[in-house]
Amino acid sequence: MLYRSHVMVCGGTGCTSSGSDSVADAFVNELKKNGLDQEVAVIRTGCFGLCELGPVVVVYPEGVFYSKMKPEYVPEIVEEHLLKGRPVKKYLFGETVTEEKIKPLEETTFYRKQERIVLRNCGIIDPEDIEEAIAMGAYEALGKVLTTMTPEQVIHEIKKSGLRGRGGGGFPTGQKWDFAYRQKETPKYVVCNADEGDPGAFMDRSVMEGDPHAVLEGMAIAGYAIGAEHGVIYVRAEYPLAVKRLQIAIKQAKEYGLLGENIFGTGFNFDVEIRFGAGAFVCGEETALLNSVMGRRGEPRPRPPYPAVKGLWEKPTIINNVETLANVPAIINNGSEWFANIGTEKSKGTKVFALTGKVNRTGLIEVPMGTTLREIIFDIGGGIPDGKKFKAVQIGGPSGGCIPEQHLDTKIDYDSLISLGAMMGSGGLVVMDEDTCMVNVAKFFLEFLVDESCGKCAPCRIGTKRMLEILDKITSGKGEPEDIDRLEELATTIKDTALCGLGQTAPNAVLSTLRYFRDEYDAHINQKKCPAGVCQALLSYTIVADKCRGCGLCARNCPVNAISGQLKQPYTIDQEACIKCGTCFEKCPFDAVVKA
Amino acid sequence: MRPVKTLEDLQKIREEASRKVNVRSDRTGIRITVGMATCGIAAGARPVMMAILDELEKRNVKGVTVVETGCIGLCKYEPIVEVYEPDQDKVTYIKMDPEKARQVVVEHVINGHPIKEWTLESADIQ
Repeated sequence: MLYRSHVMVCGGTGCTSSGSDSVADAFVNELKKNGLDQEVAVIRTGCFGLCELGPVVVVYPEGVFYSKMKPEYVPEIVEEHLLKGRPVKKYLFGETVTEEKIKPLEETTFYRKQERIVLRNCGIIDPEDIEEAIAMGAYEALGKVLTTMTPEQVIHEIKKSGLRGRGGGGFPTGQKWDFAYRQKETPKYVVCNADEGDPGAFMDRSVMEGDPHAVLEGMAIAGYAIGAEHGVIYVRAEYPLAVKRLQIAIKQAKEYGLLGENIFGTGFNFDVEIRFGAGAFVCGEETALLNSVMGRRGEPRPRPPYPAVKGLWEKPTIINNVETLANVPAIINNGSEWFANIGTEKSKGTKVFALTGKVNRTGLIEVPMGTTLREIIFDIGGGIPDGKKFKAVQIGGPSGGCIPEQHLDTKIDYDSLISLGAMMGSGGLVVMDEDTCMVNVAKFFLEFLVDESCGKCAPCRIGTKRMLEILDKITSGKGEPEDIDRLEELATTIKDTALCGLGQTAPNAVLSTLRYFRDEYDAHINQKKCPAGVCQALLSYTIVADKCRGCGLCARNCPVNAISGQLKQPYTIDQEACIKCGTCFEKCPFDAVVKA
Repeated sequence: MRPVKTLEDLQKIREEASRKVNVRSDRTGIRITVGMATCGIAAGARPVMMAILDELEKRNVKGVTVVETGCIGLCKYEPIVEVYEPDQDKVTYIKMDPEKARQVVVEHVINGHPIKEWTLESADIQ
């Protein structure tokens, strides 16, 4: 059946939670009502990237982009656009509507600066239909590898491409495969690390939801290269949609003979199973992950031996991240030279980032390595909302660091980020504006890591806890000048002595904020002030007499009766009794309460 | 379901499947618009469009998009079908029916010979 028009409704997790399912259902019903169901197809896709504008709908052949859709808009769109051919401008994404014409989505600034390799099919295909993936070229790389290349050639090709692990560390993928390939012991295993745990990060989830076959194909190619017949995807159970789409994809790939036995008639067998993680952050660490897959406690162990030598069930195992694997088919199809031409000298290809926080267009983006943070935040992300000033961007999750304004023009790759005291991590980008307290941010990430520490080694279990206590002290106004030295000493010791990546990188948030925002720490400690006005204990609330109309709303809402006064007369706050909860500040209709 | 045994099998599935998704990527080739305002629909534009879609599918034509459009003000000549080729003047066909539409697809869109006698220019519109 050939449809003249396709209505692509985003079925990513972001848009699903803002109601894209009911929008898709509304389209199906309305099209049927208008007798258009034989000409117009409704397709649920993976993430388009513009989560902020969800639920999003793209209508082809025009490629026009409806944002913030509601089911009640659908009848008008069906009647005007799909029946009469006039896109309904008021529901379109504003940036695409100009006087002369309506621009397709890919001409917006959000998409123009992007280069989509990993996300090539996200938002383009129906991830639950293997034929749509095949139409875009899925499994051709696997066929090419199995029928025309030796495992050595595959490894050589991946090495030449310069692909590095996208999960955080940036280890060269080809080299990892080579280690496992050289092991004599069998069976070998390919493990896909889909335990995406950084707060605010959803790159891997979106790839699995939007193009699951790219991950499966990457795993099968890896299996052929190292001589493995079994693949395991370790995915967190909190990703139900990703799990469902992976399960469908595995089932369909088996039915088509693209997974299973004797693939492409070459005698190569490869099977993939899914293992669920319970969402412990430490299980993203490869040795802890392997323990969890084997049903053991998710704790890391010292390396060596590396998993390539002794991994799953003590057998040679490679562990690659979702995004890394999704790059593999593209490299095989287009050649390592093509890939090596994208990016910087030591970091090749593209990187997917989840853009969140104080930025206009939160969402999912993919840019060539070497793009600057300024381009990402201000061109693609549309800058900071409400005219606020940019303060810092947190990159690399809890293990990463905060990068300030003066380094926004750094071309990002693995190495430049390390030298700035951050790291690539898996690709979470949290933008912070002037209202953010950097000491508080450091405390937030450290709290997360204290919670997630597995407790096996002392530096991480005890050291991070002590650091958090010091930060608590500083943010509650009890900090002493020596606290900074204590923090630094603890941080360096933990970095040097913790067992796994989680502990070794745990102090990064503190170290990078100390490096770039030392003045904020000093203000908290010496002047007992929080410059951003975040740390409650360091604030004082006062009522400006000129502005106060004496309505008494603040006094009535104060939980500790610290506000007194007479109706129609200016009220006052008793600073001794005030617990700085901020209720009066929120309640005052005349902005007479100020915090300082 | 067809188990894939060779690269050729995969290619075959790809070719068939890509016709389903072409509409999402191809915006450069020939474009056929069908007048679908009240006048067009009343005059029978919908069967005309279905015939065009069917003929394109049957003949496995790639890179052609079919879109509906509103009233161009020539209601008495509906159903109107217009064919836009890159870098060429558009050709406006009037008083289409499903059979004529199929011939337009074959003669004009595929073979490149517009059918002059059905166009607006040949009609007497003084």
